[in-house]
Order: sequence, then C-alpha cells, then structure tokens
Amino acid sequence: MARITPLEWPVLRQLRSRDSTGRGAAVTSRKTRRTAPRTDDADTVVQSICPYCAVGCGQKVFAKDDRVIHIEGDPDSPISRGRLCPKGAASEQLVNSSGRQTTVLYRAPRSHDWEEFDRDRALDMIADRFVEARRRHWEDEDEHGNPVNRTMGVASLGGATIDNEENYLIKKLFSAAGAVQIENQARI
Amino acid sequence: MRSLTEDPARSAEAHGERAQERKSFFTDTSICIGCKACEVACKEWNGNPQDGDLELLESSYDNTGSLGANTWRHVAFVEQDQERIQTARESGRKLVSLGMPGVGPPSSSGASGPSGGRDTTPPDTAEFRWLMSSDVCKHCTHAGCLDVCPTGALYRTEFGTVKVQEDICNGCGTCVGGCPFGVIERRDEGIIRAKTERNQSRYAQEIANEGTANKCTFCHDRLVDGQTPACAQTCPTTSIKFGEHTDMVHQARERVAHLHSEGMTEARLYGANPQDGVGGTGSVFLLLDEPEVYGLPPDPRVPTKDLPRMYKHTVVAAAGMLAAVGASFAWGGRR
Amino acid sequence: MAECHPVGFQWVTEAQQRGARVIHIDPRFTRTSAVADKHVALRAGSDIVLLGALINYVLSNDLHFDEYVRHYTNAATIVSEDYQDTEDLNGLFSGYDPQKGTYDATSWSYASRGDEEKVEEPGTEPESDVAEPDEYGAGGPSLRHADVERDDSLQDPRSVFQLLKRHYRRYTPEMVEETCGISAEDFHHLAESITKNSGRERTTAFCYAVGWTQHAQGAQFIRTAAVLQLLLGNMGRPGGGIVALRGHATIQGSTDIPTLFNLLPGYLPMPEAGQHDSLEDFTGAIGSKLQKGFWANADAYTVSLLKAWFGDAAHAGNDYAFEYLPRLTGAHGTYQTVERMLRDELDGYFLVGQNPAVGSANGKMQRMGMSHLKWLVVRDFSLIESATWWKDGPEIESGELRTEDIDTEVFFMPAANHTEKAGSFTQTQRLVQWRHQAVTPPDDAQSELEFFHELGRRIRARVADSSDPRDRPLLDLTWDYPTDEHGEPDPESVLREINGYYVDGPDAGTPLSAFTQMRADGSTAGGCWIYTGIFADGVNQAARRRPGHEQDETAAEWAWAWPANRRILYNRASADPEGRPWSERKKHIWWDQENGRWTGRDVPDFPETLAPGTKSHPDAGGPDALAGDDPFIMQADGKGWLFAPNGLVDGPMPTHYEPPESPISNPLYAQQSNPARITLPRSDNLLAPSAAQHGSEVYPHVFTTYRLTEHHTAGGMSRFLPYLSELQPEMFCEVSPEFAELVGIENYGWATIISPRSAIEARVLVTDRVRALTAGGRRIHQVGLPYHWGTGTDAVVEGDAANDLLGITLDPNVQIQGSKAAQCDVIPGRRPRGQALLDLVENYRKRAGITVDTGNQKLTAPYPEPQTTTSEED
Repeated sequence: MARITPLEWPVLRQLRSRDSTGRGAAVTSRKTRRTAPRTDDADTVVQSICPYCAVGCGQKVFAKDDRVIHIEGDPDSPISRGRLCPKGAASEQLVNSSGRQTTVLYRAPRSHDWEEFDRDRALDMIADRFVEARRRHWEDEDEHGNPVNRTMGVASLGGATIDNEENYLIKKLFSAAGAVQIENQARI
Repeated sequence: MRSLTEDPARSAEAHGERAQERKSFFTDTSICIGCKACEVACKEWNGNPQDGDLELLESSYDNTGSLGANTWRHVAFVEQDQERIQTARESGRKLVSLGMPGVGPPSSSGASGPSGGRDTTPPDTAEFRWLMSSDVCKHCTHAGCLDVCPTGALYRTEFGTVKVQEDICNGCGTCVGGCPFGVIERRDEGIIRAKTERNQSRYAQEIANEGTANKCTFCHDRLVDGQTPACAQTCPTTSIKFGEHTDMVHQARERVAHLHSEGMTEARLYGANPQDGVGGTGSVFLLLDEPEVYGLPPDPRVPTKDLPRMYKHTVVAAAGMLAAVGASFAWGGRR
Repeated sequence: MAECHPVGFQWVTEAQQRGARVIHIDPRFTRTSAVADKHVALRAGSDIVLLGALINYVLSNDLHFDEYVRHYTNAATIVSEDYQDTEDLNGLFSGYDPQKGTYDATSWSYASRGDEEKVEEPGTEPESDVAEPDEYGAGGPSLRHADVERDDSLQDPRSVFQLLKRHYRRYTPEMVEETCGISAEDFHHLAESITKNSGRERTTAFCYAVGWTQHAQGAQFIRTAAVLQLLLGNMGRPGGGIVALRGHATIQGSTDIPTLFNLLPGYLPMPEAGQHDSLEDFTGAIGSKLQKGFWANADAYTVSLLKAWFGDAAHAGNDYAFEYLPRLTGAHGTYQTVERMLRDELDGYFLVGQNPAVGSANGKMQRMGMSHLKWLVVRDFSLIESATWWKDGPEIESGELRTEDIDTEVFFMPAANHTEKAGSFTQTQRLVQWRHQAVTPPDDAQSELEFFHELGRRIRARVADSSDPRDRPLLDLTWDYPTDEHGEPDPESVLREINGYYVDGPDAGTPLSAFTQMRADGSTAGGCWIYTGIFADGVNQAARRRPGHEQDETAAEWAWAWPANRRILYNRASADPEGRPWSERKKHIWWDQENGRWTGRDVPDFPETLAPGTKSHPDAGGPDALAGDDPFIMQADGKGWLFAPNGLVDGPMPTHYEPPESPISNPLYAQQSNPARITLPRSDNLLAPSAAQHGSEVYPHVFTTYRLTEHHTAGGMSRFLPYLSELQPEMFCEVSPEFAELVGIENYGWATIISPRSAIEARVLVTDRVRALTAGGRRIHQVGLPYHWGTGTDAVVEGDAANDLLGITLDPNVQIQGSKAAQCDVIPGRRPRGQALLDLVENYRKRAGITVDTGNQKLTAPYPEPQTTTSEED
C-alpha cells in the first residue's frame, strides 16, 4: 500500500501547483510519476541483425531473465539507422509468439497425429536413417564409368535464413557424406 | 472564457522541473510508403493485442480500419483517379490563395531548400495515385477527452501530450464522446477476438488495461527516458517525425512550401493551425487531399470549446423553462 | 523496393528529396510506385525488349560513355568469325543443337590472334566442353588466355560494339510499345532520364529483385541491364550498379558459402563427373593460369578448402583429397530432387527454414513428392505447411492423398531463432554482419549449428569402425568444434575456419588476412576464400559496430564486406584510365601518384600498386597479367562484358523470348521461347498453349506472383505472428476494373483462378493499380497474386497458395523457375472442393487439348544449319 501524505492529496496538489484546472501535474498518479521505459528492466541488450529480408537492418535485442522482452531498430547501423519495417518490428513476436513450436514432434508412418518426442531419440533416429539412406542410394560411378562417389538418398533444402557458419557445416557434412542434393532459396 | 478548458501551457508548466518543451509528431504523408511498421512497432512496445478480424476490410491494403483501444497507429490507403487528383490540386490551390493559416504561403527562403536546381515545372497530373497516411492520436492543444474526464485519469503530461492513467481510469467512457477525432476507445474483451471461425485459441494474447480507456500514450514511457516514440523511431522513410512542437510545425510549413514550389498544390497541413477548433494538434500532418479523404474530420472542434456559449444558452433555456413551468401552474390553476 | 525492402528504401526517399528521379518499372503498381516519380507498367516477361531498346537508344544516339566503354569493356574485342547472331538465324545463335536443346558456345568465343589457333579452335573442343550451367562457379569457364584481338576504332563488324548494335537494332520504341505495352512517350521519358543521369558527373542505378530472376531466362534479364550499365559507365561507381535486392537475411551468404548443389564455397564449382577427374582438370577449368585476374588462382582456393575440410588427410600425395568430393552428373537442383522423390528415389529430406509446400513452384508436386519420402525432417519455428501437409494439405482435401496411406515419417525439430544463437548473416550488399546471442533457445529448440554438428557426430560414430573407402571422407572430416555447456558449437570457431589459417610454418594456426595469402601447396587452409580477412588479426571483423554516424558514407568499420571489406565491387572503374576520379562529385577511389598506390573512400578492388598506365604482359597470367585499365579483375580479360564469350548457356547477348506460357507470339523472332530453357515435361507439370496455338484461348490471361510488405515469403515467419497476420489476413488477387467487368467478378468478392496445374480461390481487389495493356495487337489482362498463403491449420491465417498455379520451367543458367508470367483463366466465385476441383482443372486441360508436349517444344523456328566457317574462307 502506498504511503499517503496529505500534501499529495490531489486537491492540495492542484492548489499548490499552477494546474488550476486539475488536468496536468495535479492529477498524476504515483504510477505515472514513476513511469520508465519497460526496457529499463532488461538485464541484457545485444546488437543483432533482422532475420527477415536481406537489407540487414540492425536490431537491439532486450532480454530479461533469459527471455526477449523487446526488439527495436539499432540507431548505430549505417544501413538502417534505427528503423525497422513491420516484419522487423514484429520480430519480438517471432521469438515469443504462442504459435511457436518449441518441442520435438514426431509423426509415425500412416499416423493421423503428431506425438511429443524426445530430442535425443529423434536425433539418433535421424542419424540412423541418414546412414541407411546414404548406403542404399550410394553411387560409385556414373553410367559412363566415371567416378561419382556420392549418395542420392538424402537431400536438403534451406539455408537463406540461417547463419553462414551453419550453411558451412551443412555443406561440409553433406559433401563428406557424398550427398550432393543441397539447395536453398537462392535457387527459388 | 478559456478558463473552462484546460490550458496546456499552464498544465505543462505545472509539472515544474519536470516540464519539457511540448513534443509533437509531424507525419509527412507525401513520403509514407504504407508499410505499417508504425502500427506494429506501436503494438509491440505497448503490448497491444491483435484486434483485426483476420478478414479483408475492403479498404485497399488497409485491414486495420481505424484507431481504437488496441490500435494506436493506423495507416489509411486511398486510391484515387485523375479527376480526384485534379480536384485535390484545385482545392489545395484555393487554400494557398486564401492564405489559410494552416497551410501557410511558400516561404521565399525555404522553397528552394535542399533540392535547389530541381526541375520545378508542375508535374503532369498522374492518372492514378495511391495515398497512404499514418494516423495517430492528435494530442490536441485543447483536448476534449481530457476536458471531460471526470476522474483525472486523462492528463496533460510534462511533454504537453495527453495520456490516460490506466490505474485511475474507471472506464466510464465519457472521453470517448469527448474526442472530436474518434480516437480514444474503451478496451473491452469483445474487440480483441477475431470474428472469424478460425481456431485462434492458440494465439490468444494476454492483455492489460481491460475496461479502461486506451489510446496513444505518445510513448510517455519512452519520452521520460529521452527516447523517440516507437512509431517514429521505426518509420523507414521518416514519414513520421518526432520533435519539439514548434520545430515540427516549422518543418511541416517548410515541406508544404517546398511541395507547392514543385506545383503540388494539393499539399496542405492539418493540425498546424492554433486557431482551429482544438487549438491545433500535437500531431501535425501534411496531407495531399482534403482531410475527409483520409478519414479525418475537416473541422474538428473540442466539445468543451462551446461550453461557455452552451452555459449561456442553458441559463436562458432554464429561465424559459422555469417561466413555462410557472406559467403552466398558473394556467393549470385556472382550471 | 518500398514494398519488400522498406528500410532500404529510406535511402531512395532521401535521394529523391535531394533531386533524384525514381522510376518504377513493374507490371504491378506497388507501394514503391506510389512514391516513385513515375510508374511504368509493362507486360510481365517483356523486360529484355525494354532494356534492349534502351541499349539501342544509347547506341544509335551515341550516348554511351565513350572513354569508359573503350577502356573498360570488351567493346573493341573481335569475336570469332564462326559467330552468327539471332538476326541471321531466326532468333537463335550459332551452335544450337536442336536434338539436345542446348548450345555449343564455341562459336561465341573471341577471335584469337594467329591463324593456327583460329583454324584449330572450332570443332576441336570435345563435346563435353560445352558449358553446362552447373559446371562453373561465378567466373564462368576460363578463357584460354587474355591475349585478344581488338579494333580500337570500334568499327570492325566483328567487334563486340558493332555486333551489339546489330543485335539490338530492331529493339525500337515501337517494338517496346508492341511487346511491353509501354507508350513511346513513357519510353522516351525513361530513356532520357537514364541517359541524362549517366556520365562523368552522374550515375544511375538499377535495383531489381526476383521480378528479374524468376523467368525462364532470368539471368539474361540481368545481363541486359549489365550491358546497358556498362555502356553508360555506371558500373564500379558510387550511385551506379545493378543492385540485387535479395529477399532473405542471408540468401547472399547461402550463395557465397553455398547450400547449393552446384557450388563449393566461394563460387568454386562442384566437380563434374568425367570432366574434373583430377584436381588439375578441375582448377584449370575454373581459371586458366594464362587468363587475367584472380580466378587464375583457383588452385590455391581449392586446395585451401580441401585442407580446411579434411585436414592432414588432404596432402599433395592424394591431390589434397580431391577425390573425396562427390561428383555431379548434370543438374541436381531442388526441382530435379522433387522429381526424384516422385520416382521414389529419395529417402530422406531436410527442410531448414524453408516451406516448399507453399513457397516453391507447383506446390502439388512438392507435397506429392514429400508424400513419397521415407522420412522428412522439418526444422522451423512453427508447424509450417511443409510439416503438416500429411494431415491438412490441399491433397487431403481433394482426396488425392489419404493420411492413413502416407508412409512418410516426419520429424519436427524446433529451431533456435536469430536472438537465440550467435552467427553471421550476409546481407544483400555482401556485408557480413555478426549477431550476438541474447538468450538461450527454449525447450528443445536448437541452432542449425548444434543440430548439424550433432548429426555429424552421430553419423561419424556410426561409421567409426568402417574400413569402407566410401566412409573415409566422413572419418577424415575436421569436425572438432569446441562446444559450450549446452552443446552449442562455438560459431566463431567455424568463422575462423571459413576465414582460413596457416597450416604450418612459423605462423601455423594464425588466421590469414587476405585470400592472396592462400597457396596451392597445402600450407594454408580456408573454408571460403572470398571470406578470407573476416577474421584478420584474430578479430571477428563482422562484429565491428562503429556507429554509422561516426563514419563517412562508406562506413568501412561497420561489419565486414567480402571480398577484403570492399564496399563497391570493381571500383577501379570509378576513376578514369589515368586513375583520376571521373568527376569530383563521383570520386570514390583514385591513383595516388606520389605514393604509387590506389587510395580513396573504399578498399580498392584492384592490385593496390598497379599503376594506371601499366600494359599487360602478353605471356603473363593471373593478377600479374592485369593492365592498369582492367577494372574487372575477375573477368578473364579484365574487361566488362558487353558480349559474353562464355559463361552463359543460352546466348552471348540477351535476346527477347516470350515466357513459356504467353498470350502473344514473339514479335521479334520466329523463335517463341528461350530455346535452351530447361523443361520438365510431366503430366503433373502441364503447360498452357501459348499464342497462336490451339487452346491458348482457354487460359487467356497472364498471372504474376509477388510479395507484400506485411508478409515474408511462404509465411513461415509472418502468418504465424498475429501482428503481421492481421495486417494482410487473406489471400487475394488484384485485377483491373476492365478485367473485373470482363469476367464478371466483383470487388472484394471471390474469384477462382485456374491454370493447367491447379485452381485456387482468392478474394478480389478491383483496382486502378492494375491496368490492362495492349501488346501483340491484343488486350492483355494481368492478374496479380501474392504468394504468402498456404493451406494448413496451424498458422494465424491461411489461404490458397499462388504457387500451386505455377508450372516449373527453368532458366538454363541458374535453374531458377519462372514465377512471374504464366497463363490462367479467372471465373467468379469460390473454387469447388474435393474431386470437383480436380474435375474443373481437368476439364480446362481437355478443352485446351493439353498434352505433356504442350509448351515444351524448345525449337519453334526453322533453324538453318549454321554455316561452318572454315579456314578456307579466310
């Protein structure tokens, strides 16, 4: 309960201040007088880049207790000068939208539904299937007898929205595994 | 009789040491690209819920419709043919020749501006144009909502802007009728649910301040920290400018003069005239057609402006009523 | 640009306020048009006619930047006598093989000095040397050497300059009016605006996006602009260029460090079976040691890459493990992969932030293809349509698929987003910007880095004991990235590897600071040569964040641009041949005579001390062969190519062909469509008959697909967000009032759009923003379709997908599909459901008499046997 001091009574404040009609300072609530940006609560602010188009606008990401609480344009960026389009401005919702799926789901053959699934188990199953598909569709030579040293059993699509480092690992791993069917939005 | 309405200068002054120069928006619709970043940045910063019906509003690319309890920036889209453009140019030209205070004559110094040497022959009238304009609370000099608020929830901030204190507001809704622009609205549960049949339960958003009046706060919680309001900060083309009121009005006048010098007589200012029905606004607009075209009232008047006159009428009427009642008794007595 | 890159558009707005004129050329009137000084509507797919007419306008009025053109382009170079133009061959070039539907580019080469070579060259190239699009990196195949024949008067009829003039002479304003639907008045406005704004004092920029790339000859659209910009002297200069506005945060990065079938990092090609059997064959095909410029060092880049990947297992004794790399046999692009799925030849498919069920052409083929998979891994933020097609996709509704019959296992693996991991994005101007991590990913969400690193570990563990040589590359792979307590590999350790380092010697382990330090002897390693320098001095240069307002307009200390932090490519061209800025207004880099080096506002994109007057040594190769006036240092002759002697598979000069589905006959040539386009003739990929063919009237209207500001591509990052969904909640089509009346549809009512692939429904926006055009002597109606919506139940908003209407025909250079001009019919009302929908589509096909051959005949003009020029004629 807020401590009430007689001097803070609105009528007295109205008389004390020059707010004769009682529409300004005289009527401010305690909460109003303590207004501060909600980002003041942030324990982390990092410089980031917008994940949508390729303009590459700077973002400031505010987080508190390991949760993103706000994202806005980074005025330091010589590209965007602090501005964001509606998509960039919505990117806090990209992080926190209730429509986001943050747990692993698995759909068994012929099943009508998803089931919740353990991530580690899913990774093992994917690795098993990768190795099997790789062997099953392995090609040593093409039809003319030229060495090709590859598998046609596994393919990948995507890369334009992830990081350079991530694309690098995908290309490196797939190439070493002999998988050539790697593609991303740049072809589309 | 000004004393019956709030005086922003004095209200601001009453903030004492906290008082600041009055802050304003200047929304230059001639460079608005209709991206709606302002709408989203506003909602994100203020935690306002999605409130559209998730159906086309049948209004070009506008699916927001109007300002309301949950939408504090709204971008209007107006498609116009050549005839309408011509009309706008003519009506604007008349304003110029009338020397309307809100429009202001082209200033001789500012006209050449940064683009001196540019081809200044009037452009051919395009066959078609698509106007976009981001609307917002006007933060009027004489604010109807504030004047009629019985609880003191609405108040004039130290920045000269008008804000609802949601912890005081009791949701009586008086302010809704007090706003000549139809901006302020009570937030209730009904308006945040999409009317479509799609299953939206997953996306239901928690909302604050239900049952209270809601409108643009001018990002008061950013201003106190010296920050720019979310809409102005995000605006890609600086169509929404933010700054001290006098500077905003000055920039607006320079810009309109510049456009006039290029033959775009359709350009005119809205809200820059301190003599208008709300004493000018804290959100100044450069429009390219009549205000009605953008859904703005052509001659907004703060309801309380007429209070003194209304009181006079009321006194006369009351006297008349008393006389009539007396007369009726007198007449009735004769029966 | 305002529509899809709003924040980038702030610079256009600012330029406009300083007097720049902005002209928007687009079939569609967008938010960009609304603020442009002028909007010019054109018929979708007719861009080469317009750009070609601008070239013709420049050449016939002598408006080219003469000094620039003479010194910096190949205008003076003499082309082989065997070359024959489209003007001579009914719209085809010499070298076409009607059986294969491909070109042999040999006759397009430069004439060589010395008769013996000239005699030797034609016909002696083995068949397999014909350029295949997937064979070459960005540099294209090498020229044998840089010693070319020139006519500096530009008068020789075989000079590039004269060939260009002749090639475009029929691209007139009248032809523009006839083909593009653009009035002569508008054309002249455009032509005058561009030419008056080019030269020493001024530059003009072309900004484009997929409106140019998504055509069956998209690469040639951009080539046409390149030719025009070279003629006007707008390349390598501030305010000039051809500015690609790319659409994803790091789509540039995913091309540089490619997740693409045909490329290795840094635009090195993937090796092709039978052609690149040895490392020497491979690097020699990329860049001859005798050609000019930096591609001559392809061996150093390749060996460094192999060292980065395979460490000590890559050594001189085994060609640096070159044989570990898998080989291509033609194209293995995303659409070919879908065909393999449908043939049950693919078991597993990873989708990484990509939603092909909505975002790829011919959505039905995509979804049906996925239903043939054994397993599918979807890594995304939400349950996108590509993750849920098996239960709520359009084929479930139509009855073509039944959930209980679909054997595909689907793994949904939640992805960490941009705030939950650190890493770099490369934006559209090649600027690599590092993102810092703000929070840890929630629940099971993980980064791609962690997922693929972990997957790699598990795969390697499964073959750990293998003695099968096939598993050697996996086991020899360098895969020991340090991880944090959550299992996340250190992304900077990956960036260090990409940058490269010294393998041995006193500096072993030290990061390289420039790709010129790379060697072909195994002493250096580096994962992507063009990114070398990003970790110079052991510092993550991409993370540099000196505020823009503290820097000049180049802002060289904000992040890092490849290559070598250069912000404008080929910027040697910003100075005149003597090394002086073309003008004070447009100065960028220049020759500092006193200090004997290039200097200025950018990192010079030129050997730093190569003086302007330096002549090329005829016997030298590589960077040492560059002359002082060879600004285009990646080109084999150091010049900007008005005529491309190699590198393109469908012609050395851009030529207008109609889209594979077109309402009109090609007004320029008897050849209707790109004769080298890649077709997929299949019963699930049928094409509408084009003009003058029986049945073309069944699909009389053009449709084009595009984006809106409020959404992002296939909606995976926008339709799942309430704030964006409410701004554009429903799928719609945009049509002109004239068209609405013609087909009887009402504003904001419903329409059904039918193509030979499918039929979709959309709300109708009748608007003056869409105009009917007159072209090919008839009234052309264009229907605009945003492609963001898809059918599912998890997004905030859903709707029919425009991509379901598109067929797949590919550009032969880059294998990108045409998405911008196809044929349809439009009828009022919502589409039928279930079998009735399939019947509707089938009835249309029958009425049009469509077969799998329709629209897939490549050669449609008599092709005279090219006269083989023999040595006797000389």
